[in-house]
Amino acid sequence: MTWHIEVDQGRCLGSGVCVGTAPELFVLEEDRARPRNAEVQPDEEVLDVADSCPLMAIEVREGAEVIAPRP
Amino acid sequence: MTTFETAPISYPFNDPIGLGLADTYTRVREAPGLVRVRLPHGEPAWLVTRYAEARLVLGDRRFSRAEAARHDEPRQGPAHTTSGILGMDPPDHTRLRALVAKAFTAHRVERLRPAVRALAEDLLDTMEEAGPPADLVEDYALPVPVAVICRLLGVPEEDRPLFRAWSDAALSTSALTAEEFMASREELRGYMAGLIEAHRAEPRDDLMSALITARDGDHGRLTELELIDLCIGILVAGHETTATQIPNFVLTLLDHPDHLARLREDPDLLPGAVEELTRFVPLGAGAAFPRYATEDIEVGSTLVRAGEAVLVSMAAANRDAGRFGEPDTLDFGRQGNQHLGFGHGAHHCLGAPLARLELQEALRALLRRFPRLHVAGEVEWKTQMIVRGPRTLPIGW
Repeated sequence: MTWHIEVDQGRCLGSGVCVGTAPELFVLEEDRARPRNAEVQPDEEVLDVADSCPLMAIEVREGAEVIAPRP
Repeated sequence: MTTFETAPISYPFNDPIGLGLADTYTRVREAPGLVRVRLPHGEPAWLVTRYAEARLVLGDRRFSRAEAARHDEPRQGPAHTTSGILGMDPPDHTRLRALVAKAFTAHRVERLRPAVRALAEDLLDTMEEAGPPADLVEDYALPVPVAVICRLLGVPEEDRPLFRAWSDAALSTSALTAEEFMASREELRGYMAGLIEAHRAEPRDDLMSALITARDGDHGRLTELELIDLCIGILVAGHETTATQIPNFVLTLLDHPDHLARLREDPDLLPGAVEELTRFVPLGAGAAFPRYATEDIEVGSTLVRAGEAVLVSMAAANRDAGRFGEPDTLDFGRQGNQHLGFGHGAHHCLGAPLARLELQEALRALLRRFPRLHVAGEVEWKTQMIVRGPRTLPIGW
């Protein structure tokens, strides 16, 4: 099962943390981050990047369950 | 094209006294390509001063921080300072940052606002009772962020005199020999190792205990030295920069009386004012923490070769007219203020949301309490430090 990534465009401030950490997963467009592909293969790095966003703008879901940011 | 043939120019440009941005930056920023600079120690580096190129270098993984440990890193002081999370690349950096980042998200730190506000008011009460003059640094700017980071991490606040000396040493440049720098770092590591042992024996509801769980738990996501250096990094970075910017912002506001008056009238301007002050005030004596190109990369019109060092002046990029209208004017209503005061990319300031909150609350309480706030004596400046700002700032009211 793939994971689903979303970046909340209202929260994102374009700090570049996700893009600088995982450019294979994220890209900056007009100062806001977007996932390159909304569906990705499960990998701990995806959760780490979501945890690292200072604005908690990245959400990772497995099916209906939100798995990151982790509490 | 003789630019590349000329000898590197001497760096840093800024006067360590005061908060000015050296004129040399303007000349360099307006010239094509990157300029070669030489710091007091280490090999020469390319210097980036324009906004777009700064974002490129800070945000692109082909520029490595970890590589600096394998080079004679350009630096202001004699000692190599590459240890810790700022000396790492993904994936090691990602693993460490994810463990700590959650404690510092905007959402999480917002819960601390009432406590920070109360802390600021208490310190002002004490100052008022003692009567003027007070030292804004020792009596206010340091205790606010120190208390916050100590409680958050789990370090006794009363140890402030101890770790202030170590922390100053960690950010010092030429004041210490390499041997003294290393000795100070080992003392601080010993101190932190002791605190970690105490937390291990008796876990508490703080970040240190959470990190110990990550270290000792079945995932084993940290080595012991990583744990110690991470706690040191959180303690030092968690207070030194904010403690320095509070007096810097106050001095800048006193230099801009119209802005100060408007801020007093309308405290809702504070979040925008803190963003603009963070853009406007050049904290660093000069760019630090060079990135190393891991392949040949064109930056602007300069080809940076694999293995070469690049320094990014965020202060210069924050005054780039190519990105900011009237960049040398303080404008609290500035729109789209995506300054680089907290950096950019993987190493973007982990504590930025906390720093913003502390700066907002420290300024809010101070300006409201003292309508006649003024400098009441000689300002003594920090010298031989990576950050610039007053060491003591006598104030009256």
